This record gives sequence, C-alpha cells and structure tokens, in this order.
Amino acid sequence: MTAVQLRARHVTRRFGTFTAVHDVSMAVQPGEVVGLLGANGAGKTTLIRMLLGLLPVTSGSVELLDGPPDRQRRRRLGYVPQGLGLYGDLTVRENLSFSAQAYGVAEPMLPPALAARAGALVRELPLGAQRQVAFLAALAHSPEVLVLDEPTSGVDVLASASLWDTIRAQADHGAGVLVTTHYMQEAQQCDRLLLMSNGQLVAEGSEADIIGSTTAVAVHASDWAQAFAALDAAGAAVMLAGRAIRVANACPAELQQVLNAAGIQASLEAVPATIEERMLVLARAMDTS
Amino acid sequence: MMFAVRSATVRFGQTLALDNVTVEVPGGSVIAVVGGDGAGKSTLLRALAGEVRLDSGTIEAPSKQRLGYLPASAGSWAALTVTQNIDFVAGIYGLAGDELTARRAELLSRASLTSAAGRLAAQLSGGMRRKLGFVMAVVHRPALLILDEPSTGIDPVSRIDLWRLVSEAAASGAAILMSTTYLDEAERAARLVVLDSGKILVQGSYDQVRAGFTGVVAQTSEPVRSEWAWRRGRVQHEYWPGGDPPAGATVVVPDLEDIVTALALAQRNAVLS
Repeated sequence: MTAVQLRARHVTRRFGTFTAVHDVSMAVQPGEVVGLLGANGAGKTTLIRMLLGLLPVTSGSVELLDGPPDRQRRRRLGYVPQGLGLYGDLTVRENLSFSAQAYGVAEPMLPPALAARAGALVRELPLGAQRQVAFLAALAHSPEVLVLDEPTSGVDVLASASLWDTIRAQADHGAGVLVTTHYMQEAQQCDRLLLMSNGQLVAEGSEADIIGSTTAVAVHASDWAQAFAALDAAGAAVMLAGRAIRVANACPAELQQVLNAAGIQASLEAVPATIEERMLVLARAMDTS
Repeated sequence: MMFAVRSATVRFGQTLALDNVTVEVPGGSVIAVVGGDGAGKSTLLRALAGEVRLDSGTIEAPSKQRLGYLPASAGSWAALTVTQNIDFVAGIYGLAGDELTARRAELLSRASLTSAAGRLAAQLSGGMRRKLGFVMAVVHRPALLILDEPSTGIDPVSRIDLWRLVSEAAASGAAILMSTTYLDEAERAARLVVLDSGKILVQGSYDQVRAGFTGVVAQTSEPVRSEWAWRRGRVQHEYWPGGDPPAGATVVVPDLEDIVTALALAQRNAVLS
C-alpha cells in the first residue's frame, strides 16, 4: 500500500498570462474521499489534469502513487471525466470490453439494470446509465486511486445514491478518492473538503471549515419571486433554497428595509450558512476586485 | 394564455415513452417536470415543442415564432462568439437594429455574461454556456418557454443567474415548462409534475404534493427492507407506505426528494411484486 495516492506541492499552472492554478498544495491519503469544491472556472479540472500527468505544471511538483504521474502509475488509476470518456457509437458491452482489454483484465459483470441494455449504444442511454457504464469501465482494474469529475451531475436521486455506495465501497477497500463537485449534497458525502477559487486553495477541512465566518439570513415570503427580485435588485448576495431566499453576509435590518420599501411581507431568520453561500461570497469578491 | 399537452401518448418502438399524459402550462408561471432517468421528461418537453410526434393526444402550443426551446444539449454554436450566437438566433425572429442591441445588452447583463460577449462559445465554462443557451431561447420574448434541464452541471453562482432569468421571464407573462434533476428547484415552481416510466405519478403545487403523500419516511443506518431504502448523505432513508415503521424508528419530515424517491420506489416495487 502506498503512503499518498495524490499529492501537489506548490503547484502553479499558467496559460499565457492567465494563471489557472496558483501555488496549490494538497494530498489524498488511502481510504479517504476528498471533495474538491469550486465554481466553474475555479481551476479544479486544471489541477486534476496536472495530478494525473495529463498537463505539465508551470512550477511545483505532483505525485501519483508515490512517484511521478507516468503511464505505469496511471494504469493503477481510475478516472471518470465530466465527459465520461465513453464511445457513444459502441454498445455498453463493447465499451466495457474495450477498456478491460486495454488494462488486461476480465470484463466486469453488469448489474441487472444494465444487463438488459448490454447491446444498446451508449449514446442512446440516459445520462445516469451512461455514468454507471463509465464507473464500471473505470473500476474494472481495481484502481488504487479514483478521480471523479462531478460524478452525479444530472443523475437522478436513486442512481446517484447507488453511485455513492460504489464510491464508498472503493474507499473502504483502501482506494484514495478525489471528487470534484459544486453540489452540497455531494460535498456532504466526503471525508474532507478542499475549496478552490480563482485558481487558489482558499479553505480546507470539514464543512464548517469551508463555511468559515460566512453568515446567512433566510427570508420567507409568500411570493418568493417578488422578494427575490427586490433583494437581487438591491445588490444582496441572494441564493435560493426551495422557496426560501437566503442572503449571505447580510444585515437583517437592511434586508427588512429593502423588503418594506418594496411592500413585501416577509419573515427573516438567521440560519447556518452553507458551502454554496461561501462560494457565492468568493465569486462576488472576485467580481468587485 | 394557456398551453398544454393533453392525453399524450408517445411510443418509441416497444417503449412507451409517454402514457396518457396531460400537463397544462399557464402564462406567467413555471411548471417543473421531475423524475428519474428515462422517466419521459425530455419526451414531454419535446412533444410540447413540436419536436416529437404523438401517437395519440393533442398539443396546444403557439407558433414557432412565439416559442423558445432550450434542448438538453448545448443550445449554442461553439465556433461563434456569444454575441454572434445571440444575433444569429435573433435574426431568425426578425429582431435587428437598436431593438436587438438593447435586448442583447439587457439579457447579457442579467445573465452576468457582459464581459464574455466577445468570447467563443467553445471557450465558455459549462455554466456560462448554459446561460447563453437560455438567452438564445428567450431573446424574442416567447409566449412559451421550454427548458430541458437548464441547470444541470452548473455551479451555484450561475444557477442564481439562471433563476433570475427564469423568474423574470415568468413575471413578464411567459408560460414556462422546465425539467430538472434538482428537487429543491422544483419546489419553487407553481406546479410540479412527477414522471416515472412515462406516467404521471403526481402533479400539483408543492403543498398539494406534500399533503397528498401518505406513509412514513424513517432515517436509519441499517435499512430493514433494502428495496425501500435510499442513501441520503451519510444515512439511509426508508419508506413505509403503510405508515408502520418498527418501534423506535427515527421518523423524518419528508422533503420533495424523499417524496419523489418514495413514490418512484412504490411504483417500481408494485411492478415487481
């Protein structure tokens, strides 16, 4: 068993004058599921591509399974990119057979739900089923490291629960797992979290560590759309949670004034902030800087 | 103004994609369609958009000139800039000159895309590309707006931009039918339609759907009947349709995700038994 599955030391990547990743250090240990959070464009995918040796670093160093991320070590890795990396014009069975042969292992067994579709073209399957196929292909060679880019985006509740059962089982068998996501529900499944913004690692640890000092106020109005429009127009950092409107780092008295001025009846309540609100606060700080 | 799909049935070969489905979409409101993979969400949307022929049933939709449709796929041309994409679609609808300039500027600003106006669509992040698709679907102020999973794969910050655009379109009178896999979004809709295997399991306002839900959802680390349980974060939830969980079970107040999952399991387990 290796000591560290994935590691970055002071890694920076520039594209021309644009710095996509700036001085990031992180590691994934065997048996842990680490969530890499950040908005679209925060640098998550660039960092992953460097960790896997698919993109050279500008400075700093990366390690995969205690060494450089070369072809030999990448054989011990399972990677499911956002685009899934499947062949749409091949059947489920042909895709799995192809990847099993590339790794020199036996073809994986199909779960009952997929067995009935073994002969179907991958591009004709719903997204959830395609993700299941990509998982099977990535897991067939018992990888020691698993890297998953937004594993359950667009997948329904039941299918996403079963994908997470699979991810957990891999970690329980000692694999180190790195999951990129911007959904709170996925983040809550992880053992440890890293938050990137604007190419930098800005927080790490538990959900509470990520949220930091961010605060939130929930606004309950009979017509959520009206209250949302009024607070949004006033420049508040608004979020939506069901029919409640949430405002990050806001002063309740000021919100009340805005609502009163618009003639909207609403009740306000201080609530624990969420990871999404921390992300919103970071994005707004970037816009104004 | 009211648009609708009535008693619609659609077959693809042996598969019954829609089974006698009726959904009404009144002007000024958002109707959300939820359901698992293969439930028939996209087929329902495409039927209303006139992209799928019905085997039986009727469609009440405006002419193509007054309809906006964002498909589940990209919805924009990768090799054109943001501005070129918008202008091309606007041109099809006869929007030009000062009117187009003003409408484009307004939409780009509301979508937080102003600074990306000159960028190729291929160089946009997933969230920006989805917002561009929305802007293109709504540029001609359609009376009916059909959105196939507009928020899938989009970060929380861009999702707020999208909801700003959706609620503004509804406030200005458009009838909106949208599908989503995020159930907290569906709570915001005036009505929601829960589909499974081409059939409507339940339809109504969020409060009506909650009030009509029977049985009990319990939280557990070890489900008693695995075919009635699903993972919620670190724990599992288990549905007891008869409202009779074992003594000592931790009963939870079901949210929309619990309700939709429980209904889908009830449907599946009934088919199997």
